[in-house]
Amino acid sequence: MKKTYAHPESLIKVQTKYCAGCGHGVVHRIIAELVDEMGLREKSIITNPVGCAIWADLYFDFDSVQPAHGRTPAAASAVKRILNDHLVICYQGDGDLAAIGTAETVHAANRGERFTTVFINNAIYGMTGGQMAPTTLVHQKAATAPLGRDPEFPAGMGYPIKVLEMLATLQGTTYLARGATDTAAHVRQLKTYIRTAFEAQMSGYGSTMVEVLSPCPTNWGVSPVQAADMVAEKLIPYYPLGEIKNTLPDNFLQRTKGGAQ
Amino acid sequence: MKGNEAIAESAIRAGCGAYFGYPITPQNELIAWMACHMAEHDRIFIQAESELAAINMVYGAASTGIRAMTSSSSPGISLKQEGISYAAGADLPCVYINMVRGGPGLGSIAPAQSDYFQSTRGGGHGDYHVLVLAPKSVQEAADLTYIAFDLADKWRMPAMILGDGLIGQMMESVALPEYKEQASLPVKSEWSVGQMEQTHRKPHHITSIILDPEELERKVRARYERYKKIEAEEIRFEENGCEGADIVLIAYGSAARVCQGAQQLAAEQGLKVGLFRPITLWPFPYTELERISGSGKPMLVVEMSMGQLIEDVRLSVHDRVPVSLLPHAGGVIPTEEEIFERIRQIVNGGIQ
Repeated sequence: MKKTYAHPESLIKVQTKYCAGCGHGVVHRIIAELVDEMGLREKSIITNPVGCAIWADLYFDFDSVQPAHGRTPAAASAVKRILNDHLVICYQGDGDLAAIGTAETVHAANRGERFTTVFINNAIYGMTGGQMAPTTLVHQKAATAPLGRDPEFPAGMGYPIKVLEMLATLQGTTYLARGATDTAAHVRQLKTYIRTAFEAQMSGYGSTMVEVLSPCPTNWGVSPVQAADMVAEKLIPYYPLGEIKNTLPDNFLQRTKGGAQ
Repeated sequence: MKGNEAIAESAIRAGCGAYFGYPITPQNELIAWMACHMAEHDRIFIQAESELAAINMVYGAASTGIRAMTSSSSPGISLKQEGISYAAGADLPCVYINMVRGGPGLGSIAPAQSDYFQSTRGGGHGDYHVLVLAPKSVQEAADLTYIAFDLADKWRMPAMILGDGLIGQMMESVALPEYKEQASLPVKSEWSVGQMEQTHRKPHHITSIILDPEELERKVRARYERYKKIEAEEIRFEENGCEGADIVLIAYGSAARVCQGAQQLAAEQGLKVGLFRPITLWPFPYTELERISGSGKPMLVVEMSMGQLIEDVRLSVHDRVPVSLLPHAGGVIPTEEEIFERIRQIVNGGIQ
């Protein structure tokens, strides 16, 4: 009899440190499934960020490199250029990627670096306890925005950054897609996006990034079910799902059957 | 060749497989040399978007086991300190060059030694050291760069070349070392990432995070045990005419070079002046300097900083002999005449 569903080999069987209802676990599972399906467990390296996902090395059964906060794309650039036949996954949160590491993110994308960034956008700083992130929505409350994010002066907190739309202007980017973990259908769609990005990487295309709208019930102060609803009702309307940019060549897309949904 | 170029070429010959840099004066010839020549040897070169990115590219590259390097000057090295601390915490070998300029802040672009404390005390956050090698000439800059890669690999830690604008910009003839074959370099597959499928080994994780205080202390203490071995094995210094001298000059790098001239001036006047030049600033030759202080003769520390090297000198001699300071700041280089004048005053019983 054929086993149709199992624990991915690339995912170590341990209880994670993630809170109930957190999106990291779902994304970890998708990554592990794809690494298994592509037969790349012994050729994968994850560069894990500073933030909740810093312990990615506890969960993935392949090599990892853990650089300084926000500098993950710089380290991943070097790793991928040296080990150019490996799958290099640059895993980052919104603070790591869009605040402290904005320069590294933009320039790695602009150089067309051939690793794949998986960008977890939960619109909040998770590990440090719910501070305002660059992606926090207007009026969303945070430990450092107790009255809600207010872009108007005197508060002057700025607007939530649409990272993919910003990166889409760069010639170095070829594939930028945004998915979410709030429903089973979105999870399946997200896996397709990440698969396309991984396959593009392994075919030598760069740069690729998949953003994931991901719930953080603990720091949003809601239940896991309510958090999933908030992804659908608050995040998705502001951060539209889909392939924000796909300039991968047609022959690649036909070959992999990835790409446009 | 210019010092910057000699260092760059020596690094290539030492098997440096990846270089990442960001422009800053006075080290720009180094990154330009790498831009021209790394690709010729199929090596990795990236002009990074910042010093922060450059040092973290080094971190990523070193994680794969390749010989990796960056270079900068004082303000840029300050920016790199975060990444250097991470590399020390993850036990990653790498080499970085600091062509020191006058500080603090943006300061000047003239040669200085004012990054001595930063270099010899770790530099970034946390308990750690980096190997610090201070050349006095273009030849020595090339030689020490070549050695720095071996030392970094041997001890699994960052190694730095502490030069200054003078060492970097000065042109001298230089005999370059042999090219090392990549295959002859140390194998790091015991801990490096990548190529897992060749051995089907367990995953390797390059990280500096250890949240358990006791476990982190054990790790730091183990590193300090390694540092003790380095202090026993890797001290380098040059001693010239210290025995029987009326006074001993202590200086490193460019300042030591000027001291050689002052030594000659003094000899012409019948004064016996010794010169002690530390080459490794960490580990510092404390014991050797203590031995020299046994003569009881005074010491004069000449440094292009406001009293940094002198702290290590005083730690060496425990106030057994009078130690005076001739400091300069901001990129001002001492003159032979000025040093000689100070020597004369001290020896004749003037100021100390």
